[in-house]
Amino acid sequence: MYEELLLTILLTSVPLVLAATGELVAEKSGVLNLGVEGMMLMGAVAAFGAALTFGNPYIGMIAGGLSGMVTAAVFGLFALGLATNQVATGLALTIFGTGLSGLIGAPLVGKAIDGLAVIEIPILSSLPLIGVAFQLDFMAYLSIAIVALVSYLLTKTRAGLILRATGINHDSAHALGYNVLAVRWMAVLFGGFMAGLAGAYLPLVLTPHWAEGMTAGRGWIALALVVFASWMPWRVVIGAILFGGITIMQLAGQARGWSIQPQFLSMLPYLATIIVLVSISRRGGVLHKAPAHLGRIFYPTR
Amino acid sequence: MEMAPLLQATAITKRFGDFTANDQIDFAINPGEIHALLGENGAGKSTFVKMIYGVLQPDEGQFDFQGQAITISNPQAARQMGIGMVFQHFSQFEALTVAENIQLAMDGDEALDQLSERIETLSAAYGIPIGADRIVADLSVGEQQRVEILRCLLQSPKLLIMDEPTSVLTPQETEQLFTVIRQLADEGCAILFISHKLDEIKALCPRATILRGGKKIDVIESAQQTTRQIAELMVGTAISDVTASSHQISDTVMFEVTGLNKPSEGPFDVALSDISFSLRPGQILGVAGIAGNGQDELLSALIGEWRQPASCATMALGGQDVRHLAPEKRRQAGMGFIPEDRNGHAAVPGMNLTENTLLTSHSHATVTQRGFINRATLQQRAATIISEFDVRIPHNNPNANQLSGGNLQKFVVGREILKQPDVLIVSQPSWGVDIGAAMLIRQALLDLASSGSAILLISQDLEELFSLSSHIAVLYAGTLSASYDVADMTPEKIGLLMGGAAMGEAS
Repeated sequence: MYEELLLTILLTSVPLVLAATGELVAEKSGVLNLGVEGMMLMGAVAAFGAALTFGNPYIGMIAGGLSGMVTAAVFGLFALGLATNQVATGLALTIFGTGLSGLIGAPLVGKAIDGLAVIEIPILSSLPLIGVAFQLDFMAYLSIAIVALVSYLLTKTRAGLILRATGINHDSAHALGYNVLAVRWMAVLFGGFMAGLAGAYLPLVLTPHWAEGMTAGRGWIALALVVFASWMPWRVVIGAILFGGITIMQLAGQARGWSIQPQFLSMLPYLATIIVLVSISRRGGVLHKAPAHLGRIFYPTR
Repeated sequence: MEMAPLLQATAITKRFGDFTANDQIDFAINPGEIHALLGENGAGKSTFVKMIYGVLQPDEGQFDFQGQAITISNPQAARQMGIGMVFQHFSQFEALTVAENIQLAMDGDEALDQLSERIETLSAAYGIPIGADRIVADLSVGEQQRVEILRCLLQSPKLLIMDEPTSVLTPQETEQLFTVIRQLADEGCAILFISHKLDEIKALCPRATILRGGKKIDVIESAQQTTRQIAELMVGTAISDVTASSHQISDTVMFEVTGLNKPSEGPFDVALSDISFSLRPGQILGVAGIAGNGQDELLSALIGEWRQPASCATMALGGQDVRHLAPEKRRQAGMGFIPEDRNGHAAVPGMNLTENTLLTSHSHATVTQRGFINRATLQQRAATIISEFDVRIPHNNPNANQLSGGNLQKFVVGREILKQPDVLIVSQPSWGVDIGAAMLIRQALLDLASSGSAILLISQDLEELFSLSSHIAVLYAGTLSASYDVADMTPEKIGLLMGGAAMGEAS
């Protein structure tokens, strides 16, 4: 029974890890894209449509990522190209993505696809309890590989250093001759691709259907997760499992008729984020804080 | 011996829209030469050096480097040629380490460990030690500048541009910097040194190129000119001294502080202990002291940003207790404040001048009426400040951060002075501004005092303190000495008090 519960928690956390890692990279470069929910929905609908059309969930996965990336490009066009306010643009993107995905997905409602197959890793998957962590699908393993890669790139490579520098002080980065907008464009597109993958995970693994607004706020949780993780990739994984756990507890609790209000449980991830935010700012460690130029508009003229 | 110049600029012109920032500038610097670039704020110095460093491109004209005509298309290209630049506002990344900051500015793909080692070796060789793995945010301003200098030195530059490097340094740090600069010049590196401080120029740079209004005015041998002659070349007109009308100080006390204590609130915060002083109409009390001895803390307690009525025995304005009043209430009671940090403390950089005028005058009856802003009055006020204080603006109603330092400072000072406060608290009014602006600001402060206001002047500039103050007190380690008549003070005595000696020993 515990194995089943653990498996559900892990599956729930995968899209959170994917989306939050993408957003983390965008935020590290100084761009706050609040459109994660919209990009996820666009990814979900494209993934479902492609998997249905081609009968192959892996094609669906790639289609989902690309669709998220194209949606992110819309954001980039405004927030980077035209230097619009990032918060407003991001919010608009979520509304846009929600509507457009509903429109595209209307004929897909009620259809079903074959999801991603489970890939069992020999030996490890037969371990008691934690064995379930090795009975997942391709995208779940991929998400951990991406976190490892992002963590390595950000902290150990020059490219990662440049990306972080852009988020800390875009004027200085510009003065040193780095192309701030190019760095941010890449980060935003990566964030979109990851959000698209996260969205794709929903119809490809969790529920083999398309439903309008099926992300159900996961994009917002991913945003909160980045803050919760204080912009450190591995903490995203821990946070996602924690948040996933809380979500599942809420469902499990309901099933068992716990007397706790489900609304209270669904509030917990956000409460945890606020507590972490407060504790971060009180500790005052510069390393753990937000990128200093997060959400600030960069004007390349000068 | 006539050397071929290392860098030669011929008829360099740069325009921003209708505005010509650099107009046909000729310039030459030789290897191993320390050459000054002088001019008022807005004379075009920054624009000119940015073109040498490849940040901006000239519209016309030509650069020759080591006899070759060159185009410096970006900073990387400049660095590859051997041109380094230490910026006035360090372009550093506060959350990164010293080594990471330097790595960002280097073009090669050197491993961080190896780079850290080179940094520490080089910093020891030049007598400016610094830990490569320290976070930049934890460094003092002087140390941050060392990082900038080391960054340039690691690339073995042939030409090093320094944009007002001493404006943030203590006298000791300045001396140390000059030693490094001279050592570099001896090794054959040319130094292009930008500064407002003419004494420094005379001490350090044999030759100086003077810019005014975007044009090259002259190249001088700095030893053969007096500071005053150089200043007049920069400004373009004769400079009149500030006229210190004999201070007419009345007997009534206008503002009194006794027993002000403020606990330290962080590792870099100085505790204030038992600060007492009084101000009378017409009086200018200068507060001398080396930075970091409690100036910021005193300022925030007087402004009311930090306030705890219990920790102060008296803080009274004309008999009214102001200990518990917030800054805005203190302003309404007749106080004015000019903090030293004009970009972010005295003015909001991203707001335009009209809005910045509103920030300290919104409680004025003519400015807001029943909660609504009277735009016309406000614009009128801003226009008055701009015209009376000779604030030069690039276009109508610019943002504060579009003004040069000196012009923004004139604006901020003018904004408070035109309100005719009974008591003005001002910190470092001429910090980092050119001589013309400094003279105007000082004269305005003197005029305000002679019209019957009391002024507390916090400054590290002894010349400024002596030319303005009627009385001087010294702030040392959070304690304020007694106030002495300026006639009884000498720079030596102040120097001793700054080091913590009691006045008995000082005299």
